[in-house]
Amino acid sequence: MASIEIDAPGTSQLFIGNEAIARGALEAGIGFAAAYPGTPASEILGSLAAVAAKVGIYTEWSVNEKVAMEAAAGASYAGIRALTAMKQNGVNVVSDFLANLVMSGIGKGGFVLVSCDDPAAISSGNEQDTRPIAKWFDIPLLEPGDFQEAKDMTSWLFDLAEELGTICMLRSVTRIAHARGNVTIGELPHRQHRAYFHETHDLKSVMPTPFMPIPSVPRHKLLHQKMDRARERFESSPFNRYVGPESPELLIVTSGSCWLYSRDAVRALRLEDQVGILKLGTVWPLPEEFVQIHLGRSQTILFIEEIDPFIERSVMEMAANLSCSEAPSVFYGKRSGHINAYGELNPDIVIQAIRRILGVPYEPRDADYADRATALAKSHVPERSMGFCPGCSHRAAFWAMKTALKLDGRNGFVTGDVGCYGLGLGPTGYFQARTLHCMGSAPGVASGLGQLDRFGFSQPVLAVVGDSTFYHSALPALINGVYNRSNFTLVILDNSATAMTGFQPHPGTGMTAMAEPTDPVDTEALCRSLGARVEICDPFDLTGTIEVLLRTMAEEDGTRVVMMKRGCELVRKKSAGPPYKVYVDTEKCIGEACGCDRLCTRLFLCPALIWDKDAARAAIDDIICAGCGLCADICPQGAIVKEAA
Amino acid sequence: MSARPLNRDPLNLIVTGVGGQGNVMISLIVGNALVSEGYFVTVGETYGMSQRGGPVMSHLRVSGERQHSPFIPEGCADVILGMEPAETLRMLGRYGNLRVVTIVNPRPIYSIDVTAGLAEYPQMSQLLEAIEELSAQTWIINATEEAQKLGDPMFANAILIGALIGSGLLPVDRAAVEGVLSDTFPKQIDTNLAAFSKGFELLQ
Repeated sequence: MASIEIDAPGTSQLFIGNEAIARGALEAGIGFAAAYPGTPASEILGSLAAVAAKVGIYTEWSVNEKVAMEAAAGASYAGIRALTAMKQNGVNVVSDFLANLVMSGIGKGGFVLVSCDDPAAISSGNEQDTRPIAKWFDIPLLEPGDFQEAKDMTSWLFDLAEELGTICMLRSVTRIAHARGNVTIGELPHRQHRAYFHETHDLKSVMPTPFMPIPSVPRHKLLHQKMDRARERFESSPFNRYVGPESPELLIVTSGSCWLYSRDAVRALRLEDQVGILKLGTVWPLPEEFVQIHLGRSQTILFIEEIDPFIERSVMEMAANLSCSEAPSVFYGKRSGHINAYGELNPDIVIQAIRRILGVPYEPRDADYADRATALAKSHVPERSMGFCPGCSHRAAFWAMKTALKLDGRNGFVTGDVGCYGLGLGPTGYFQARTLHCMGSAPGVASGLGQLDRFGFSQPVLAVVGDSTFYHSALPALINGVYNRSNFTLVILDNSATAMTGFQPHPGTGMTAMAEPTDPVDTEALCRSLGARVEICDPFDLTGTIEVLLRTMAEEDGTRVVMMKRGCELVRKKSAGPPYKVYVDTEKCIGEACGCDRLCTRLFLCPALIWDKDAARAAIDDIICAGCGLCADICPQGAIVKEAA
Repeated sequence: MSARPLNRDPLNLIVTGVGGQGNVMISLIVGNALVSEGYFVTVGETYGMSQRGGPVMSHLRVSGERQHSPFIPEGCADVILGMEPAETLRMLGRYGNLRVVTIVNPRPIYSIDVTAGLAEYPQMSQLLEAIEELSAQTWIINATEEAQKLGDPMFANAILIGALIGSGLLPVDRAAVEGVLSDTFPKQIDTNLAAFSKGFELLQ
């Protein structure tokens, strides 16, 4: 298995899309990459960071996406090729800077933004399509159709960005970012990076100020000229191509991950002689002449794309200018209801859309078999809900919060945030989280609720964020709460990791992306310096944590902070074995007769705590148990035993 | 290197289990070995939140012709490698067909829905009967049990890779897979190779 810096031009490597993008950036000779982690984008910066020292580039996990983009812009201004990568939500975070960056232009170093969208929100709160921002802000946009293109497009975008003097964008999705495929790699350049900021104020120019959006009107005009040049370049791009018969009965217009879905679907239906596929790689600005030529192939068009009808609308806008004889007569896609504008697509969805239009048969498996297989899976396969890992400190934290809120008795609740602890809205977080939006919104929403005592509001509010989220965007909301004397408690679940996305370091950890030690920010001292009262506890000390929460909620005066400190179990277990050997004393466990309502298995919900149906007793699944010993503390009968391992 | 032609192109393999079992590692090792033999390989994974105890599947598609999408169409699996029996049946329900070959580790992992009493985990005999009924051929490999004999249940993964290669269903030589396995786990080469051999032999 090769690392992305392998020096073997011409060989085929099995890369995930994110590694292919990182490799493309290396082949383009980048010197600077900065990002904030977010699934499905994290491995782009992650794989660059792993080889940064070796290949002589700088990489950084920045405090949030906006700062990452600003830092990378700085590198571009000093002539260094720079990349920033983020998930779709991150594009919203950078949008204010980005809207000005397109006006100011970039420096001599090419600058590429990679956005990884997450159709079906597999690891996200939403399934936002970021392509419209390219149209909205005037950014040249490419979408890779496979893993090879993920590499090749990234490399080429640096050249294009320098040629046009504007940031260029690559839009990937989960099924490119996190899928693996063949990538034939190219040469790695041996580039000596030299950074220098050349630009000075030039009073003779119409645009005398370097790297500023002003004067806005001439710069806006210039931006449109850049987009016109991009369109010209796109007209002959090899990333756009057509496969199929000369005059197909149906023409699919597609891009991105849907290119392979479309090819698979046409093949599964054996319609290669009747259905053509126009695959677009340069999706904004649309290469209108190229598209127009291919639209002429068929009277019937089907748009296949994730998620919004972006190409569909752009092509239809363009088609409005065509004469009646040139324009296709029927457009199918999201507007017609043949393809959903929500959820992710796959070959089966494309197969069904083609079948609906052409009325062709498709039977991938014997019909009787299909009925029987579906029935057996339905009757024999249990649900498998997601939950916190065995040994996870968040399970303890939510157990303590649930208990404390109940004991407090004023119908208090949790505002949730983005991270593993987002599972606080589900069964293993005991359904405690009542709101969940974007990074940092838990204390933001809480700071508003905490002002409502004047309207009779008396419910305690616990705003829950992780340590990485705290730095990303919870800090301004905390300052807002403290300064305006809002009544709420910020609970920082400090597990010393950005666990959800792969354990990247953050300012509280004392480590950089390039694995160099640095001084960690003292979160506790920082909160105190703002004027917040701070309490520290270990969530595995359930009794102590519940006491701290009860005391803090009772204070009702200004914003308080409770830091629950306990490292991520997935990190801990890499270097140490389980701390306890845990087992059930089957003499002491009295099963359903206990009156505890099977607190351990029915309520506590650790996947390692199972119910032995035959013995009618609790049991531990040794294969799964992390040995945290927490369950021994909740069993009212003392029947779960933990012994130091 | 040009690849040997496949009887079915693409060849569709599903590796399935529960988050945390090492599903991704299996498809990564097998996929790399296939690329070294000159094939186009696409691997689609379930990532992210579903890793937190949810069902996990990898779709691995092998072709001598071109890159395929990371999704196997429903009803089109050729081989299913199941690290957990209920998850194996879940995959057969959606992707099985009259020709599918199944290799299954019969060690159950209960879900929190089952432990909470909200869902029923079937008797193992019923589960395996259903798997056998829906497979043209079924191999039951006690991978977890064998792995525990080697000192760590995680060696079940190498045993299952061995079984998959031992089945002869994939167009890849044993040595290529052993090479990738050794590169991937340099610290535990001997035990992993022993586990691989164990699985390989179980399917002879």
